[in-house]
Amino acid sequence: MAHYILKRLLSLVITLLVATIIIFLIIEVVPGDPAAYMMGLSGSSEAADALRIELGLDKGALERYFSWVGGMLSGDFGISYTYRVPVSQLIGERTLVSVPLTVYALILSTLIAVPVGVISASRRGSIVDTSLMGMAQVGVAIPNFWFAILMVLVFSTSLGWFSAVGFPGWDAGFWPCIKALTIPAVSLALPQAAILARVMRSSVLEVMQEDYIRTARAKGLSRRQALIRHGLRNAMIPVLTILGLQFSFLLAGGIIIESIFSLPGLGRLVFQSIAQRDLIVVKSIVTLLVLAVVLITFLVDLIYVLVDPRLREEGRG
Amino acid sequence: MSLLEIQDLSLSIHGTTILEKVNLSIEKGQVVAIVGESGSGKSMTSSAVIRLLPEGTVTSGAIWLNDENISEKSEKEMCAVRANEIGMVFQEPMTALNPVETIGAQVMEAIRISEPGLGRAEVRERAELALHRVGLDNQRFPLNTYPHKLSGGQRQRVVIAIAISQNPALLIADEPTTALDVTAQAKIMTLLKKLVDQDKMGLLLISHDLAVVADIADHIVIMKDGQVVEQGPREGFFENMKHEYTKMLFAAAHHKLQQKFVVEETDPVLEIRGLSKDYKIGRKEKLQAVNDVSFTIGRGENIGLVGESGCGKSTLTRCILGLEDFQKGEILIAGQKFNGERRLRRHINVVFQDPYGSFNPRHKVGRLVAEPYYALDDPPNEDEKKQKVVEMLEHVGLSASDIDKYPHEFSGGQRQRIAIARALITEPDIILLDEATSALDVLIRDQILELLARLTSVFGISYLFVSHDLTTVKNITDRVLVMKDGVIVEEGITAEVYQNPRHPYTKALLEASPDITKSKINNKEQLNDNIFQH
Repeated sequence: MAHYILKRLLSLVITLLVATIIIFLIIEVVPGDPAAYMMGLSGSSEAADALRIELGLDKGALERYFSWVGGMLSGDFGISYTYRVPVSQLIGERTLVSVPLTVYALILSTLIAVPVGVISASRRGSIVDTSLMGMAQVGVAIPNFWFAILMVLVFSTSLGWFSAVGFPGWDAGFWPCIKALTIPAVSLALPQAAILARVMRSSVLEVMQEDYIRTARAKGLSRRQALIRHGLRNAMIPVLTILGLQFSFLLAGGIIIESIFSLPGLGRLVFQSIAQRDLIVVKSIVTLLVLAVVLITFLVDLIYVLVDPRLREEGRG
Repeated sequence: MSLLEIQDLSLSIHGTTILEKVNLSIEKGQVVAIVGESGSGKSMTSSAVIRLLPEGTVTSGAIWLNDENISEKSEKEMCAVRANEIGMVFQEPMTALNPVETIGAQVMEAIRISEPGLGRAEVRERAELALHRVGLDNQRFPLNTYPHKLSGGQRQRVVIAIAISQNPALLIADEPTTALDVTAQAKIMTLLKKLVDQDKMGLLLISHDLAVVADIADHIVIMKDGQVVEQGPREGFFENMKHEYTKMLFAAAHHKLQQKFVVEETDPVLEIRGLSKDYKIGRKEKLQAVNDVSFTIGRGENIGLVGESGCGKSTLTRCILGLEDFQKGEILIAGQKFNGERRLRRHINVVFQDPYGSFNPRHKVGRLVAEPYYALDDPPNEDEKKQKVVEMLEHVGLSASDIDKYPHEFSGGQRQRIAIARALITEPDIILLDEATSALDVLIRDQILELLARLTSVFGISYLFVSHDLTTVKNITDRVLVMKDGVIVEEGITAEVYQNPRHPYTKALLEASPDITKSKINNKEQLNDNIFQH
């Protein structure tokens, strides 16, 4: 067990290291002058030179890399070129929007997908199954921005239950924030729920064919009881993998939804920074997103161990 | 009335008739064995009794259990019958237990279903008792053990513990030992017989092998194509067999080919010298899978390599095939040192155990059989290849028209024939048969063994026959090697080893092998001290 965690931690650190090297190479070392790029076409060469010194581009690549990584380790991500505030502060504020939004969306998608998948599987081939899976198909196909706009039209414009755009900030209290995040979270969650429900359904169907379900039935459990007591935990294993992937995807991929609802999240920050050629911010956010993805993968690996006792063994395998 | 009475049971799935007017009965404390090939409907009969049937099944007839017609019960009432009156043990112990729950949880659940009123401590006590009764001592196998820590035989014991923990009146065991080693098989059979005697249960035992059940059955039912062709008490059953099919099964169960007592010396086609291989477990421990093994196989000679799972025979096989590295020793094929070189691979080919898993399902037979040609530097052209494939298919009893079929269109036995054709096509000196008949029914097994014997005389080929089952090896090999814990403990001319085994392990293996001509377990005194742990 300890061995397993240690091995996972090591691979986590190595992945991060490789990621920082790649990011650094692409943004700073690959031919082309970052300072000139950031100044844009209209910038004078004197201004570019000044920026080059500000960015430390006059120093060697190795030295720059270590000072960048060293800075990040001590929490110093540099100063944003466009916003003129520390990047760490910028990212910190945005994370407080993006992470709750992602977690909210994932909780919703799991709450929808698991029951839908189980019901579909246990009534395989029935009208219930066909219509649920038909809906899931539609859910996968609908672009989430279109669905988001539809939701705004219904729940904000017509019914007036939610405000259409914006985020009050956590100072305004917990519930107002949750309320503001609800429609965006639902829009993010539905396509994910549709995918997840399909995975859950096929996973349950597969598990129900297993011999231990038959053993459970022979003990006197009904189909339903056997599914709930013996099938679910086993069926969750592939679902967990998908959930982990979806978390990373939602965290970084919320740009469109964040833009529609004017939410100050990470996705929008990346988008704006790219548009404003603020390489300092781009570099830091990409690194942080890599960190998030790697951490989530690590977390999922740990949950596997909790779910499946066969992974608790020391040694090979 | 009897404990179980099946009356005119017919059954069809999606319109296909599976069972036709099956009649049989079981008394309290009686062991009734149903024997037949796969597809004979024997498993379906037992599934119908406990009513765990595939979708689309239609049944007619009556099933009486304890004077109640359970075929008229609702699904909900059947759950109660399964919980209280019928216990079931399945064929595949490796997958019959939930991998994410402890064995204790799974036994305790069964007890709680059958007797919901019991307190926590009492349920625990009853679970410990059930596991103890099946030979899983609570010290070595505490309730919080997970199934993956147990061997196949031990897992089957847990499944039996689950079944008997509910104090059923009827126990159904569907091929309970087919997936196990011979020694584990003998122990499980003895255990079942003991439990039936102690609890006065009825036991419905299903098997494809007459030899396995002959020892413990009180009454034998032979099934073929969904019908009972013959049934009668064990006493005198084999002396008065009436149906042709029963006679065939009986012949297959104690099959004999001529045996040689003297083996001529020929040039070695395969030589193993001092081969050792270990695996690292964790950081310091090592598992010595193969330990200083040496033997030689001459041209046209058939050698058996026998041992239980975990004895190292599979590792040794993989080393010989060049699929695995080894630390010490050498392998010589046709006199040349073999280290996985491609040019030497043509001299050795293999047939694996699983006739379903060893073909790419998307390739046609023609391509599958011609596959070993890829290993040759000078493969023949397409026409020659095709001609050769047809020739090989005919040698193994298939026809030229099979070349354009896919593997799923064949039965298990036919697929094993295709595998043999594939192994033959490059005309190797030696074919390695890795449990090649273990997954087959007895009658099919016999046919394959006969085919192999015939091919030896046609091609002058040598076999290395790897198996856990001594009976299979007995009939086809000249010499036999017995392996235990990575070491060859006995080696000799097959007939001599069988008549006069020297090593205690060989003796134990021989005793465990089911043999229809001698009945061991009918002697009840011997039975009681025969329960040892596996």
